[in-house]
Amino acid sequence: MRATVLVRPKEGILDPQGQAVGSALGHLGFEVGSARVGKVIDLEVDAPDEAAARAEVEKMCEQLLANPLMESYEVEIVG
Amino acid sequence: MASPQPRIGVVTYPGSQDDRDALWALSALDAEAVHVWHEERELPDLDAVVLPGGFSYGDYLRCGAIARFSPATQAIVEFARDGGIVLGICNGFQILCEAGLLPGVLARNASLRFVCRDVPLTVERDDTPFTSRCSAGQTLVIPVKHGDGRYVAPAGLDPRQVVLRYAEDCNGSDDDIAGVCNEAGNVLGLMPHPEHAVDPLLGSADGALLLASLVEAARSRALALTSA
Repeated sequence: MRATVLVRPKEGILDPQGQAVGSALGHLGFEVGSARVGKVIDLEVDAPDEAAARAEVEKMCEQLLANPLMESYEVEIVG
Repeated sequence: MASPQPRIGVVTYPGSQDDRDALWALSALDAEAVHVWHEERELPDLDAVVLPGGFSYGDYLRCGAIARFSPATQAIVEFARDGGIVLGICNGFQILCEAGLLPGVLARNASLRFVCRDVPLTVERDDTPFTSRCSAGQTLVIPVKHGDGRYVAPAGLDPRQVVLRYAEDCNGSDDDIAGVCNEAGNVLGLMPHPEHAVDPLLGSADGALLLASLVEAARSRALALTSA
């Protein structure tokens, strides 16, 4: 089963990378209110069903993929 | 009887850079500096451990996130929980945060620029094994060199855990925090590099005050364990 994890800087956490990207877009003439930069982690997991896969990947997020102090995460099970 | 030479381990991870400087500085300060390879599951007989600066595991995922799983790091977690003295410098600080031995996390510098210069630091506490040779309120000048040194403090961090503060903005850290210890006070992490400031020839010898404090604390521990 394939899963995608989206890791984002938590709201309220300063994201200088996002600010730099936002400002670069401004230089290109795009008007963006704000930009935040996170990361995507694609995984293949061995699980009998979607619920089991989700539970497994959430454990991975808690233990390694995201640092809960400054990052939030979202798990998508692609199937 | 001559006081024993304390044995202080310095860990080398794949990507560590400052391990040799740390070994040299500790030897110069009269410690027996012992090299520890990251694959060692059991630490040799040590009175203190130093996690050096560098870019362990290429800083993949987050700085220090992968080094946390090294056998040596697991052994250091046990060592620290038994009251062992542990100092993490720069990447070592990042590893200690990721390993859960220290509160908080180090994020990308607010400026997005790598900062490499001497910075003034204020000593907040002189009652730790790492600052006994300093006085509270004293200013130390020690170099930093990092891209990910912005300290993000957890909500409710006990202000007593702040040991060193930048005397001027360095990287956007919460409350200008440059070094924090655990609640028990036997683990310290800091972004500045004391091992690069142990000789006036290098621009400052203030780092030697921190490392000499560490050597002294390790010596006391060695004596206490010998006489126990």
